[in-house]
Amino acid sequence: MSQHSTTYVPKSAFGRWFESRLPIAGLVHSSFIAFPVPRNLTYFWTFGAILAFMLVSQIVTGVFLAMYYTPNAAMAFQSVEHIMRDVNYGWLLRYLHANGASMFFVAVYIHIFRNFYYGSYKAPREVLYILGVIIFLLMMATAFMGYVLPWGQMSFWGATVITNLFSAIPVVGDTIVSYLWGGYSVGNPTLNRFFSLHYLLPFMIVGVVALHIWALHVPGQNNPTGIPIKSGKDAVPFTPYATIKDIFAVVVFMLFFAYWVFYMPNYLGHADNYIPANPSVTPSHIVPEWYFLPFYAILRAIPDKLGGVIAMGAAIVIWCFMPWLDTSKVRSTAYRPLYKQFFWVFVAVCVVLGWLGSRPAEGWYVIASQICTVYYFAHFLVVLPVLGFVERPLPLPNSILESVMAAKGGAGIPAGANAEPQSKG
Amino acid sequence: MAETTTHVAEPTRRDFLYIATGAAAAVGGATLVWPFVSSLAPDAATKAAGAPVEVDLTPIAEGQIVKLFWRGKLIFVRHRTAEEIKAAEDVNVSSLRDPQADSARVKPGHAQWLIVYGNCTHLGCVPLGQQGEYHGWFCPCHGSVFDTSGRVRGGPAPINLPIPPYTFTSDTKIVIGQEATA
Repeated sequence: MSQHSTTYVPKSAFGRWFESRLPIAGLVHSSFIAFPVPRNLTYFWTFGAILAFMLVSQIVTGVFLAMYYTPNAAMAFQSVEHIMRDVNYGWLLRYLHANGASMFFVAVYIHIFRNFYYGSYKAPREVLYILGVIIFLLMMATAFMGYVLPWGQMSFWGATVITNLFSAIPVVGDTIVSYLWGGYSVGNPTLNRFFSLHYLLPFMIVGVVALHIWALHVPGQNNPTGIPIKSGKDAVPFTPYATIKDIFAVVVFMLFFAYWVFYMPNYLGHADNYIPANPSVTPSHIVPEWYFLPFYAILRAIPDKLGGVIAMGAAIVIWCFMPWLDTSKVRSTAYRPLYKQFFWVFVAVCVVLGWLGSRPAEGWYVIASQICTVYYFAHFLVVLPVLGFVERPLPLPNSILESVMAAKGGAGIPAGANAEPQSKG
Repeated sequence: MAETTTHVAEPTRRDFLYIATGAAAAVGGATLVWPFVSSLAPDAATKAAGAPVEVDLTPIAEGQIVKLFWRGKLIFVRHRTAEEIKAAEDVNVSSLRDPQADSARVKPGHAQWLIVYGNCTHLGCVPLGQQGEYHGWFCPCHGSVFDTSGRVRGGPAPINLPIPPYTFTSDTKIVIGQEATA
């Protein structure tokens, strides 16, 4: 793709002086202005920008909430109510932060399933993809610890149940759990350290996101055809094409976000979390936040404590092996008629698992969870490896441009968009 | 420019110093991890708060379960009825997931008093008393069932509700956190 790289030439004397000492303007220019973007990207490719926006939004609202929040078991619950009632726009900061976590997961799940559908995890993007899985795990840890901070009933018992998962580890499990708690049960030391880590982890996410974007800019973006950019005509420059499209998508996503914040800010939470933590009573029906439900269903489907914990962990770790489990040479599911059906079955199984995770663990719910759990793992261990050998993919277009022209009936490409990116101003 | 030599040179004193320095740095770095890990453990104040607690049993009516805390952990003190004791004793011990006779879970001569930790051995929720198939406890989180001896009889819990260390100082008083020293 060397024919795309346009060198950044500073216009002013100061610019030249600075660039020779810290070439940051050139880095921004090559990464976010001249960077070649496949011309056929759909709105599914704007979720990276939406996620970047959500990360910044969570950090900004979180920093301001931390100015009023008190990480102490005796005061945490009241300090959150203080934010809600007394602090100017405290209710807005908190609802943006609490609903922002859900919006973050909405966006990341769309981003992840876009990656699954278009085979973005395949060579040469394996490292980029695994970094994404790491970001997802960090997000889960951050969201879990954040949910503990208000110190309501769901906070306390969520913390108890999740930290107790580690007690399933043979021999050292109980010691590990008391080191997580800093005591003999979830208590003030636990709340204190969770606050410390909840503040730290988002900045670790920022670091891994930087690596994720770096790794993205080596091979460039995948696209709906799954075939690489072959000539300048397959691509458009990042600015203005991707920049404007990303901004537009972020604004539309903000409307969706605002709807939750202003019209149903507690819909995704649990009423029990407005009851202060009580270590002697467990709420009658405890469930995690919606974004953990599929994994929670897998945990409960296994009738063995250690087995359940291992299955839940494996449900995410198995993602890391996808680039090698998928034997198909074709990236995009658009050209894989058989896999397309299995993909949507897999999506349905994940949604059903999420629903089952919200149900009580009894009767046929357990059996259904077990069937779905078996299918979940079979998708990775059987469907992905086998389909690559038995499936006959549809013919691939010769280039991204050809696929775009075919879709438009061979006409209607604006003259400007047809030019090579580097020839534009 | 210096040429790269292809033959392997004999180890010198400099190589030894190089490896020894690297090894010392590695050991030192690893050692430095320990204070940080150790700081996560229950601290001295938390341990001190675990001093034994005395419980007066006289106000606890037959059939009643009282909840109290020792070392921040929930403990059930259950005054069992004659039927509950009989139900706990009339069990084929070998059929249990965590086989333990009822007599091993109470103090001799005090079979009406069952003292167990109050967190489910699955993931730590508080089971509800007098509920479930065996009228012992039922955990609402993931459906574990315990009998009137606090033994697991169903659901995902792997072991019985554990017995905290305690001793009778008189017929109506126990001290939790202290084993009999006789």
